[in-house]
Amino acid sequence: MSSAFAVGAYGLVAILALLLGANAKDGLFAAHAYVAAVIASGFALWTLKRLDFSSSAKAVTAGGPSTTVEAEGYMDGVVRAGAIATVFWGIAGFLVGVVIAAQLAWPALNLEYSFTNFGRLRPLHTSAVIFAFGGNALLCTSFYVVQRTCRARLAFGNLAWFVFWGYQVFIVLAATGYLMGVTQSKEYAEPEWYVDLWLTVVWVAYLLVFMGTLIKRKEPHIYVANWFYLAFIVTVAMLHIVNNLAIPVDLLGSKSYPIFAGVQDALVQWWYGHNAVGFFLTAGFLGMMYYFVPKQANRPVYSYRLSIVHFWALIFLYIWAGPHHLHYTALPDWAQTLGMVFSIMLWMPSWGGMINGLMTLSGAWDKLRTDPILRMMVMSLAFYGMSTFEGPLMSIKSVNGLSHYTDWTIGHVHSGALGWVGMVSFGAIYYLVPKLWNRERLYSIVYVNWHLWLATLGIVIYAAAMWVSGITQGLMWREYDEQGFLVNSFAESISAMYPFYVARMFGGLLYLAGGLLMAFNIYKTIRGDLREERAMGAPVAAAAAE
Amino acid sequence: MAQSTDKHEKDIDELSGIDTTGHSWDGIKELNNPLPRWWVYCFYITIVWAIGYCIFYPAIPLINSATPGVLGFSTRANVEQAMVDAKAEQAGVIQKIAESELTAIRDDETLFQFAVAGGESAFKVHCSQCHGSGAAGGEGYPNLNDDTWIWGGTVEDIHWSIANGIRYDGNDETRWSEMPAFGRDGLLESDQIANVTDYIMQISGQEFDAAGAAAGEEVYLDNCAACHGDDGTGDIYSGAPNLVDAIWLYGGSRDLVYEQIVNPKHGVMPAWGHRLDPVTVKQLTIYVHALGGGE
Repeated sequence: MSSAFAVGAYGLVAILALLLGANAKDGLFAAHAYVAAVIASGFALWTLKRLDFSSSAKAVTAGGPSTTVEAEGYMDGVVRAGAIATVFWGIAGFLVGVVIAAQLAWPALNLEYSFTNFGRLRPLHTSAVIFAFGGNALLCTSFYVVQRTCRARLAFGNLAWFVFWGYQVFIVLAATGYLMGVTQSKEYAEPEWYVDLWLTVVWVAYLLVFMGTLIKRKEPHIYVANWFYLAFIVTVAMLHIVNNLAIPVDLLGSKSYPIFAGVQDALVQWWYGHNAVGFFLTAGFLGMMYYFVPKQANRPVYSYRLSIVHFWALIFLYIWAGPHHLHYTALPDWAQTLGMVFSIMLWMPSWGGMINGLMTLSGAWDKLRTDPILRMMVMSLAFYGMSTFEGPLMSIKSVNGLSHYTDWTIGHVHSGALGWVGMVSFGAIYYLVPKLWNRERLYSIVYVNWHLWLATLGIVIYAAAMWVSGITQGLMWREYDEQGFLVNSFAESISAMYPFYVARMFGGLLYLAGGLLMAFNIYKTIRGDLREERAMGAPVAAAAAE
Repeated sequence: MAQSTDKHEKDIDELSGIDTTGHSWDGIKELNNPLPRWWVYCFYITIVWAIGYCIFYPAIPLINSATPGVLGFSTRANVEQAMVDAKAEQAGVIQKIAESELTAIRDDETLFQFAVAGGESAFKVHCSQCHGSGAAGGEGYPNLNDDTWIWGGTVEDIHWSIANGIRYDGNDETRWSEMPAFGRDGLLESDQIANVTDYIMQISGQEFDAAGAAAGEEVYLDNCAACHGDDGTGDIYSGAPNLVDAIWLYGGSRDLVYEQIVNPKHGVMPAWGHRLDPVTVKQLTIYVHALGGGE
């Protein structure tokens, strides 16, 4: 019955979307309404198709908008769907990244279509990797971890499925919007008001599922991973709502104007932007780290005390650090000072996570020899440590005077994103997939090792190229001659970047290649295939004797 | 801290010999290690440093202002001061350039070097978009390094061109020339244009059709020579380019020359005297003049 109701509801949404499209004030809004109509119709058909078989009460484990609830146990269907979505969006995001990196080296690749222009593909890349890849990784691991560490099934039945599919709809609306030119021109918050509202609904549902599961937990205490996940969910909700406060020009139109203006708008934007890094890309992934590193290493977390102190220090200090994005601007000096000193104080709290992760391996370092998944997680923590040192360094005003607006920032972001966020997510996915699909092990452990080194080499090339190009840019822009005249034109600094932009693209290509290898490995694992291979680190002689 | 509320039996981790907190989540335990000393001290140091920094620099917001800090630091005041200092450093030379004739600037070692440096800097900001950062030009944009000058290559000529622009609306002194559209406006038949094109190919030393060139000579003398000269060397007073020096503004191939006669292109340069101060225009003049071909 409820499925029949769902079909009707999806149908109604589709009709409503068609009506919105027909009455839209601009073509972009109409296009998005039709996208929504297509998605709702798709869900209606999907549910309808499954309706025929719903007479039997068999549990369905695969994903779908109206999947019959598994009678008991953990709700892992949504985690499986999330794992697949993570890999899919990861590949998409890395690919667009390589494309725009190539566009910077060879501008002709912009191809003169509006929708292939760098300006539109760049937010497609950033949102695909941060929100689609990173977001799905956080969704699926948080749903997995919170159930295990609370010994409780996800709360509110199929609401978790709504969160998953609702989030994918958000991604599709955001991505199609970027390509068509819908944007409110706020970095990492480009989607327009109606997409923001939809994400708010989805996010509140996410919070409900997560909190609900925590509340009905059967463990006396809340595990540290869940503190971080909860901090991520709550803070991102706050950031998203405040930074996207805007008034639509028309309720049937795609354009809106933010309620903040001038330097206030800039400050709110970078309060959002910096804490998107802090709470989405750091706190959320620390939550991931706190479960998967001890599990993979099969060792206790190094220090409970450290986890408490660095958690509270991190979330208290991070939220103030945003103004360092606005050094030497119209932002008042006092706010710049606070942004800088809080960033400096953030150094050790950030490193607390790295210490706790790395020291968890004490007594188990030998496992790195045989376990490339653990190796990946350790590499991730190393990049985390490096970029959380680099961040405070770059927030110092005199350093920032050189580094700001240059490629150094891009390199910094990517050593964090590719190194920390990417690698810890890959590690978690490699850990999860055999468990979720009941496989003995991954299709290939050797491929994981290849992925690790392809990705590491890619990041090193990327980051090194951006350091050199960033510092070169910074020095060229500020170079004066003896008479007090600027020596270089901006265009000259751009042409000087060419070799570094080519190197960067090559680094990205390696990273993408690693991602493709992972996708293949995951695909084969899900299919149930096992690659014949010798255990990593096993002595050659022993292998020969077998 | 860790064990304050929990009563549990000692659960020692075998490998490290450290007590755990006694909880286990999905098999994960936590050791009861203290905070690493160096970590705590580094954290304290950053906090002390932050407090110190806040004492010395503007930091705490008040109702209408903020604490100014012991050093009285202000980003805006610093920038203003830096601008004042930079201007003061240049003031003497700039004053001299403002007062001097162009030829005098060119002949004075100090003024010349200063003007070339300032001119190059301004050129990169205002001129390189069209003329290229090396001033080598491009199709439709004259090369400023060669010896050929459409409007004259003395410092005075160059200064006039920069200050008043080329075909620039809104400046009465601007350089103005407009070659007639011989084809588009029906002033010449297409075979006449073909012939005169061959004639131009001939005098510019390129491959040409002998019969066409012979017929084209008369067309040239009747229609083109008034501006471009009987021998095709052009005329800087009417802005008519030299046709025999193998330097072409819009391309020297037969097709492009033909196209230019049928429907000529007329480039435009802004009157920089409207946008830049007189000293910068003078410096640009000296720089461009010094690039190679100044007369």
